Amino acid sequence: MSVLDQPKTIVRIRPETVEDLAAAITAAVPYGKTFEITGGATKLSLGNPVSANAVLDLSGLSGAVFYEPEELVLKVHAGTPLAEVREMLAERQQHLAFDPPDYGSVLGLRKDGATIGGVVACNIAGPRRLLGGTPRDVLLGVEGVNGRGEHFKAGGRTVKNVTGYDLPKLMAGSHGVLAVLTTLTLKVAPRPQDEATLLLSGQSEAKGVEMMLDALRMSAEVSGAAHLPARQVGVSRTALRLEGSKTSVDARLIELEHQFHRTGEVAKIFGSESAAFWREVRDLDALAPQPDESIWRLLVPATQAARIAAAVGGRALYDWGGSQIFVAMPTARVQEDAASIRSIVGQVGGRAILFRAPDAVRRRVGAQHPSTSIIEELSERTRRAFDPSSILNPGRLGRINGGAQ
Amino acid sequence: MEMPQPDRGVIARREEIAGALRAIVGDEWVLSQESERRPFECDGITAYRALPLLVVLPANTEQVQGVLRYCYHQKIKVVPRGSGTSLSGGALPLEDGVLLATTRMNAILDIDPRNRTTRVQPGVQNVKVSEAVRHLGLCYMPDPSSQVIATIGGNLAENSGGVHCLKYGVTSNHVLGVEAVLITGDVMHLGGRFTGAADSEIDLTCVLSGSEGLLAFVTEVTLRLMPMPTTARVLSLGFSTANDASGCVGTIIGRGIIPAGLEFMDRTTIDAVSSLLGETHAPEVGAILLCELDGAAVEVDELVAVVEKVARDGGANEVRISSTEAERESIWRGRKSAFGAIGKIAKDYYCTDGTIPRGQLPEVLKRMEALSQKYGLRCANCFHAGDGNLHPIIMYDAAKPGDLEKAEAFGADILKACVDVGGVLSGEHGIGVEKRDLMPYQFSEVDLSQQQRLKCVFDPDELLNPGKVFPTPCQCAEFGRMHVHGGAVRFPDVPRF
Repeated sequence: MSVLDQPKTIVRIRPETVEDLAAAITAAVPYGKTFEITGGATKLSLGNPVSANAVLDLSGLSGAVFYEPEELVLKVHAGTPLAEVREMLAERQQHLAFDPPDYGSVLGLRKDGATIGGVVACNIAGPRRLLGGTPRDVLLGVEGVNGRGEHFKAGGRTVKNVTGYDLPKLMAGSHGVLAVLTTLTLKVAPRPQDEATLLLSGQSEAKGVEMMLDALRMSAEVSGAAHLPARQVGVSRTALRLEGSKTSVDARLIELEHQFHRTGEVAKIFGSESAAFWREVRDLDALAPQPDESIWRLLVPATQAARIAAAVGGRALYDWGGSQIFVAMPTARVQEDAASIRSIVGQVGGRAILFRAPDAVRRRVGAQHPSTSIIEELSERTRRAFDPSSILNPGRLGRINGGAQ
Repeated sequence: MEMPQPDRGVIARREEIAGALRAIVGDEWVLSQESERRPFECDGITAYRALPLLVVLPANTEQVQGVLRYCYHQKIKVVPRGSGTSLSGGALPLEDGVLLATTRMNAILDIDPRNRTTRVQPGVQNVKVSEAVRHLGLCYMPDPSSQVIATIGGNLAENSGGVHCLKYGVTSNHVLGVEAVLITGDVMHLGGRFTGAADSEIDLTCVLSGSEGLLAFVTEVTLRLMPMPTTARVLSLGFSTANDASGCVGTIIGRGIIPAGLEFMDRTTIDAVSSLLGETHAPEVGAILLCELDGAAVEVDELVAVVEKVARDGGANEVRISSTEAERESIWRGRKSAFGAIGKIAKDYYCTDGTIPRGQLPEVLKRMEALSQKYGLRCANCFHAGDGNLHPIIMYDAAKPGDLEKAEAFGADILKACVDVGGVLSGEHGIGVEKRDLMPYQFSEVDLSQQQRLKCVFDPDELLNPGKVFPTPCQCAEFGRMHVHGGAVRFPDVPRF
C-alpha cells in the first residue's frame, strides 16, 4: 500500500508476547485466516500487495534481548525500532555495517519508523553493501513463528556456525512469507571514526561507472561508489567514499586522488558533510520522484550498468558501483514497458524489481523479477515447508504465491 | 555411531549399476574394483570408514545430471565428495551408495576482473582460485587451513571459514551464484555473476552453503573476489596464562579493531611446534595469540602499535612483530604446522569444532582441563580465537582398546559445554556423522523438523547423503499429511539410526 492507494480498514492484532503471537497463528490455521505482517509500516509497498484478513502488528515485540559490544553481537526483538537500534549501537561506537536505508519518503510512507524486523525481512542495504554486505550477511540467528504456529529457532549467536541449515539467511529477504520473525541476532561492527568522499563532476554515466569500477579494483577499501546523473543535480557526480581512522582515510584519499586527478573536476567532502551526502543517496532522496512516477530497482553486472540504464530509459541513480540502479519513470510507461524492461535486464542475468508503483500496477506486472520455473517451484515448496496453509503475507512474493494450489 | 542399514539388494547389483553409469561418464570413470574403491573409504576423519558401492567421476554438468537421474529412478543413494578433507565425516561413503566425486570438474571457467568475480567448477582447490587472480591484484578471501587440498565445492557444502573470516566473512558471504543439479537430474541456476545477483527473495543460494551435500550437487560456483590488502603485519603475543590471552582477544575487539586473523595456541601446541620447527619461546609463555592486521600501510602501523600496547597492558610477556613479509610468514609457520606437529607427538588425535561467544573462552578452557583429567587424555588447543571457533585436539591411541571411544566421549562433552555457554556444535567442520547425534542437544524437536522439512523440499526420497546431519530420517512423506499442535513431540516412536 502506498500513498497512491486508499487505505483499507481491517482487523489489527498486536501481540506482546511470542506465546500470544503463536496462539493467534495457531487459531487462524483451521479457518484459513490470513495475516499481513507489519512492523513500522514503512515498507508495506515493497513486493506485491497483500490482501489479508488481519494485520499482524509486531511493534509490541520490542527491545534488546542482549547487546555485547566486545562480542560484536546484538539480539533484539523484531519489532524494535531501527532508530533505537542505531542509538544503542552508537553509544558504544558501533553500527550496522550494511547501512540500512530509510525508504519511507521515497515510498510515500512513514519516514523514521522502520523496525529492525522489517529491514531484515526485506533484506535492504545501503551504499556500504560493498564492504558491509546486506542484512543476510550479518544475520547470525533468528527465532520466529512459522505458519503452523510453531515457535522455532535457527542459527545462533556466533559468526562461524555450520550447525544445520542456514535458515536465518533464508528468512532475510523472504518478506514474511515463511515465518513471523520474533528475534534477530545480528553481527554488529565498529563504527568508522572518520569518512571522506571524492566527488568527480561532469562524467557521463558510462564514464562514471567505469571510474567506480576502477576504484573498486584498488585496495583503497572504497565503502561507497555511486553515480548521480546530471538531470538530478545540475551536473553529474560520481562519488567514492572512504571510511576508517583519520590517518588511514587521508592516506587512501591521496591514493584515490592520484588515480583520478586527470579525469576532470575533483572535489572532496569530509565528516558530517560526507555522511549527509551518502544519507541522501542511501534513502534515495537524491532521486526525488514525482507523484506520477514509479521506480525500478535493477540488479545488473556493473560493467553493463550504463548500457542497461540507457536501454531502459528514465532517470537513474547508480549505487554499489553500478550493480544496483534505481530508475524513475512515468507510471504509465511502467505498465507498457514492464515486459521489455525485464527482458533487457534478464539478458545480462540481472533482475528488474518494481520498487515503487501503485498497488494496481504492482499487482498487474508483479513486483519481483520472474525466475525460472524450477526456482519458482523450489521457492514455493520452501514457502510451504514453513507455511503450508499460506496464511502469512499471502501473495507478497507474487508467483511464489501462497495461494491455493 | 551408526549408519542406516545398507540395502543388500543394491550392493548385489553393483556391476549392473556400474554398467549403466559407465554409459554416462565413460568406462574408466566408474571405479568398481575393491582396490580402486578402497582409497575413498573415509574422509578427514579416518576413524569412520565404509567402502562405497561405486566411485563415479563425472566430467561435467550433463554427466552429473545423467548419474543423478539414473540414481533417482533406481532409488540409489548418492554421497557427494570433493577432496575428502571433511573433519565431520560429511563425505563418509555408504556401502549401498554411489560416491560422486568432483575430482575431474576442476576448471576455473572464467575470471571477470571488472566485476570482480570468477566462475569455477566445484573440484577446484580453494588456493588455486587466489593463485589464478593474484596477478590482477585480487584474491578470494575464505582460506580454510585445508585450502591447498580442499575444494570450492566442499567449502560451499561446509560453509568454510578460515583465518580471515573474522574480518572478511565465511564462504556464503562470498558466493554470488551457483549451478546445481537436483537429485531428479534437473539443473538449477541460483544468483548470478555480480554483487547483488543472489539478493533474491527466497535465498536458495545461501541455503546450499553449509547444507553438507544433502540438498543438491553443486556443479559451478561464482565467487566474489576482493582487492588484495596492500599491507599485512602479524604480532605474536605471549601470555603467561590462557586466561590472559583470551582476555586480550576481547580487549582488542572491544577497542574497535577487527584483525584479519586472531589465532590462539596453548603451551602444549607451542611445545609441539617447537620440537618440529625449532622455534623457541620463553618458558613463562603459557599461550600465544597471533594477531594479523591488514589494510593501508599507515593504518596497519597505527593498529600494530595499539595492539602491542593493549597486549602489554594485558600482561603480554613476549611480543614479536613482523616488519617484513618473510618475518610474517615465519611467525605464521608455527600456527600452520600446529596440527602436523601434534601428529608427531600423539599416536592419534581427534579434532573437534565447537564455537562459543568469545567471552566464554576462559570458562570453556577450564571445563576442557577438567574433562582432560576425567578422561585421562591430553588435549591441545589451537584455534580461531577471534571468532570463538575452538579446535580442541584430543590425543589418544587407536591401538589401545576403548581409547577412541573415550576420545569421542571427551569431544562430545566439549561440544555440549560449547552449547551450554551459548555456542554451537560446529563452526566450520560441519555436523556430518560425527556430531549428528548431538543435534538434539542444541535444537528442539520443532527446530529440527523445520530443518528437515527443508531437506524434503529438495530431496523428498532422502537419497542425497542420507545418515548425515540429522539423527533421525526426515520421513518426508509424513510432512505433507501431519499436523502438529502446540509443539507436540514429532515421531516419538521413530527409532534412531
